[in-house]
Amino acid sequence: MFRDPKTLLLLFGMPIAQILLFGFALTNEIKDSKIVVIDYAQDNASKNIIHKLSANPAFDLAESHFNAEQIENAFQKGTIKLAVIFPANFEHNLLHSSNSQIQIIADASDPNTASTLSNYASAIIQDYQLSQLQQQGMATTPLNIDTQIRMIYNPELKGATNYVPGVMALVLLLVSVLMTSVSIVREKELGTMEILLVSPVSPLMVIISKAIPYFALSIFNLTIILMLSYFLLELPIAGSLVLLYAASSLLILTGLALGLLISNSTDSQQTAMLISLMGMLIPTILFSGFMFPIENMPWPLQIISNVVPSKWYYIIVKDVMIKGLGFSSVWKEMLILTSMAIALLLISLKKYKIRLV
Amino acid sequence: MQNKVITTTNLTKQFGDFTAVDHISFEVNKGEIFGFLGANGAGKTTAIKMLCGLSNPTSGEATIAGCDIYKETEKIKQRIGYMSQKFSLYEDLTVIENIRFFAGIYGLTDQEIKEKGNALIENLGMQDSMHKMVGSLPLGWKQKMAFSVAVLHEPQIVFLDEPTGGVDPVTRRQFWDLIYNASDRGITVFVTTHYMDEAEYCNRVSMMVDGRIAALDTPDQLKSYYNATSMDEVFFELARGAKRGE
Repeated sequence: MFRDPKTLLLLFGMPIAQILLFGFALTNEIKDSKIVVIDYAQDNASKNIIHKLSANPAFDLAESHFNAEQIENAFQKGTIKLAVIFPANFEHNLLHSSNSQIQIIADASDPNTASTLSNYASAIIQDYQLSQLQQQGMATTPLNIDTQIRMIYNPELKGATNYVPGVMALVLLLVSVLMTSVSIVREKELGTMEILLVSPVSPLMVIISKAIPYFALSIFNLTIILMLSYFLLELPIAGSLVLLYAASSLLILTGLALGLLISNSTDSQQTAMLISLMGMLIPTILFSGFMFPIENMPWPLQIISNVVPSKWYYIIVKDVMIKGLGFSSVWKEMLILTSMAIALLLISLKKYKIRLV
Repeated sequence: MQNKVITTTNLTKQFGDFTAVDHISFEVNKGEIFGFLGANGAGKTTAIKMLCGLSNPTSGEATIAGCDIYKETEKIKQRIGYMSQKFSLYEDLTVIENIRFFAGIYGLTDQEIKEKGNALIENLGMQDSMHKMVGSLPLGWKQKMAFSVAVLHEPQIVFLDEPTGGVDPVTRRQFWDLIYNASDRGITVFVTTHYMDEAEYCNRVSMMVDGRIAALDTPDQLKSYYNATSMDEVFFELARGAKRGE
């Protein structure tokens, strides 16, 4: 065992890495979520509540004078998770008619975070209400702050909005990376690859003819996932299907290139499968943001997450499918994914050529 | 003029400090059955891979079927057939599907594929198994089939890398019948083996020892030169000589 560094790494490296990852980095805890407060009232009561909100570690609070359109923009870009809006005359209404309103808007494309954050916020408001009540004594008419919570993008808080895009990323990557690498390595194992290379068929053709079926299969898989989520989970597809398929094609291409790269580095199907699984499944689960919010990770992991293609795909799919955004909102992510696909394809083709000649 | 189909001059392949193939020079005539012999690790497979364009030589010259192995690899690929050490047909395709596939990648027309495919199956007596998966066939059949597929496009040269590993003498004899058949049609056969009885079937053989060609002649000449009764003895003589030289 001690002569085999790979086994050693697996035995002792894995537990250490996992404890560190799960202990520090990957938590479902919510802290420092960006929220914005729009205070039309600017009175004592609203300031008191804002103060209480800003004291909560879950919130990273900013005050602004956004109008409705700006709020929506911020949600679309994903720069804020929650907005708290105090109407004008907040305190006045509270004192004179004992009834006032606060609006809370949450980005429910991530349902867990949205409900946790809005629960925190309304609890803080309740708390304020109670303390006011105690100050004023029971004699007066009870104050009532009516919190109106609006969950945008996903009013029913369906969990599917989170995991359908995640599953899409997983399945597409798995099919494209795993199948490509295994099928090429299989040809190497069987010796048929040599025959193909000795034949007049160009290596590029070999790769293309390997890639096309898996590309088609992945697109087919994607269609099934989308149909299931639409008909069975009743998850509407808010944005453009064309954009969704375009982004998926980019991810598949990235996967095919990765598969090719893996198949270059190994001669056994088992190793290829292992590398594909470890190299694709785990980063996708950890770093795409669908299990653990990336914002809450320590910065080294946030940086690592940037090289994981599925992270960008996940953002695109959520924006397009759940938020219904168009190309103008996701072009940056599309560009990153495109460059990843092209870079990986070039590297793998180059490496592939070196091997044969 | 085109009598020499393979010529190599000081062909060398190095992996780091290890010289797998050390300045080998030889010529192979058209239609000849050329045996490329040597112990395990002598460098046979590396040499054959260079000649087929699977591996780049470190130095030296070679022409295959009149084409330079550095510059005209694409032309060479059209003119050669190759059967590797590993049995290499698609096991999960049927006999006829394999034939169609390999004939297709060598650019045979549908008509040719049909005619030659049928002739091949008839020749091997495989009419009953043409729709069977290749994986289910006995090894000897697979090897005969792999050879027939390798010469289906009538190449000028066919390279066989230990084609008869692990099969019984009867099947090996049948396999050699196929080789003679191809040779009669003018196909040059370049075959590596470490079965010394097979060496007797070759027109000429070269003996590779530690990456170098230690001897090259007809089996009879070699036997008389080394005063041996069989190729086995020639082989031992040469292999022993090499060890002393180390």
